[in-house]
Amino acid sequence: MSDFILGPFWNFAVIVFTAGVVGRIAMILMCGLSKDLAAARGSSVKGAAGTIARRFFPRKETIRSNRFHIIAGYMFHIGLLALLFFAAPHVQFLKNHLLGFGWPAMPHWAFILSAEIAFAGLILLWLRRVMHPVTRLLTRLDDHLAAWLTFFAMVTGCLALFESFAGLRVLHVLGVELLMIYFPFSNLMHAFTFFLSRGASGARAGRHGVKA
Amino acid sequence: MFSTSTSDPEPDFEKGAVALKQQIDWRIASYFSSCVHCGLCAEACQFYVETGDPRYTPIYKLEPLKKVWRQEYTFFGKMAKALGITKPLSEEDFIDWEDLVYDSCTLCGRCSMVCPVGNDISYMIRKEREGFCAAGYAPDGLKEATKRAVDTGSPMGVTWKALSAQIKHIEKETGLPVPVDIKGAEYLGLLSSLEIMGFPEYISSLTRILHQAGVSWTLSSETFEATNSGIQIGDSRVAAELVERVLKVATDLEVSNIISPECGHAYTAIRWESANLIGKPIPFRVVHIVELLDELQRNGRISTTGKTDVKVTFHDPCNLVRKGGVVEEPRRLLNSVASNFVEMKQHGVMNWCCGGGGGVSANDRASDLRLAAFNIKKRQLDELGVKTLVTACANCRNILEEGIEHNEMDVEVVGLTELVAEYLDPPEAEESGGAP
Repeated sequence: MSDFILGPFWNFAVIVFTAGVVGRIAMILMCGLSKDLAAARGSSVKGAAGTIARRFFPRKETIRSNRFHIIAGYMFHIGLLALLFFAAPHVQFLKNHLLGFGWPAMPHWAFILSAEIAFAGLILLWLRRVMHPVTRLLTRLDDHLAAWLTFFAMVTGCLALFESFAGLRVLHVLGVELLMIYFPFSNLMHAFTFFLSRGASGARAGRHGVKA
Repeated sequence: MFSTSTSDPEPDFEKGAVALKQQIDWRIASYFSSCVHCGLCAEACQFYVETGDPRYTPIYKLEPLKKVWRQEYTFFGKMAKALGITKPLSEEDFIDWEDLVYDSCTLCGRCSMVCPVGNDISYMIRKEREGFCAAGYAPDGLKEATKRAVDTGSPMGVTWKALSAQIKHIEKETGLPVPVDIKGAEYLGLLSSLEIMGFPEYISSLTRILHQAGVSWTLSSETFEATNSGIQIGDSRVAAELVERVLKVATDLEVSNIISPECGHAYTAIRWESANLIGKPIPFRVVHIVELLDELQRNGRISTTGKTDVKVTFHDPCNLVRKGGVVEEPRRLLNSVASNFVEMKQHGVMNWCCGGGGGVSANDRASDLRLAAFNIKKRQLDELGVKTLVTACANCRNILEEGIEHNEMDVEVVGLTELVAEYLDPPEAEESGGAP
């Protein structure tokens, strides 16, 4: 079973993920967009770049009313990215299987801290999702599946790090594979499409001379 | 030319469904793909903030359009539709969402400024209205205003005769001619019906300022209305028809510039949407009156003397700041005539809407909700303790006055053009003379 998970199923997951993400972005772009014929007041390129960069940070006017979500969101995303790119096994994996080069991994204590922050963020976001009337109204099964699959991949990843027995590593790989297969069909795609959405709005706003 | 969608008495679901599908472009597809249902847009919407009703969450107002996108453009959506697992778009969706799409959205675009993934929700609502309008699900008040705009040229039914009568009063009051149908003038001035009937002081102020600046301008007796109900209701064919009327007289009168009046959505219509509505660039420069006044002042063509020392604040029309980038111009003008100008905490691109934009002011059934939404503006004004509120949009002015009256507040609303005109150098200082 572990051979299947670490071999053919991994390859299958990679293919689905890659083809799915590319296909999904292609489908978006194939929807077309009319050219804006109004005389420009500013630069759409600068606008797009500015909005892509600025939306990593909340507007100061909105911080107070959304502070819970903003803090939890940062915790989850920063923690997850730290784990993804700086956990020793991940750095090793990227070096050996994908990039051919590596970089210094974070120490064990930083891994534990990142994991705790990411878990806390994910749990807080999910609790808000089920408790806040707005997110309760907006949430679909997809949102829960995405959260649960991410949680599963993270939990098994933490357990695998202790390497108490090899099965945990296989379980983590399985979790990641499921997440990768689900990814292109879900709103996890925002990890890629946010460039498009922010860029499109920013380009239009920039053209209109608006700092969005 | 008047679109059947706004005049047909019977709703037509199929037309609406087709129109909604036609609205999906890659911007919208990327927006829906990116949305993680975080709900942060809720706190940016005054209808949600003031009522606490989660249905007023901006992205939730787009559920019908999202349903079309999901079922037509996503793998699981298509599969679920084919297997009959999800309900396809139905007439019920139009019925259930009509009030959210029209009554509780002013197209102000504030939600579009805060979305972490950059979704321009206001753009999508504008598009969604195309589907609702085509299906026949739009507020009666807005339908009637649109019909009047097509039939008479004005959403309020204001005719040339009415404007002509106002012009006579203005000429008598100012001692200056109001130029009409002057071929070869540099600028074509447009007006909103609200200005003609409710705030004619805008026209006299415009006349006085442009006279002092030596600007060659004209009104047109054929088309003088700048507002565009087609954009508000979501009927691009009507919007294009109304825009074409303006462009026709601009061409006939051989002007090179068009002045949008103190009206936010009229500015958006003429400045940003006209070329896209007719499918080709327009050969005219379009400026909002505030942009023009700022330009004239900076070029030394208009000069003012004295300033009001009354504490004043400025209400930014949403279309100017969030859709046109006109943020600094009104502030420069205001600072030139007011020594005690103070800003509301949330101003400029993050201002709170008056509550009546995007056709909400023409929608009678939304009046209670509109007044509830005004409370946020009331708090802003109370916080500053100002007695004078300046703005640059006749619709905002009307809605603000209504809210102020409803709440028995002691605040006067003044148009920016009017305030600048009040401090214009006296006529005797002008070389040409002629003004009283």
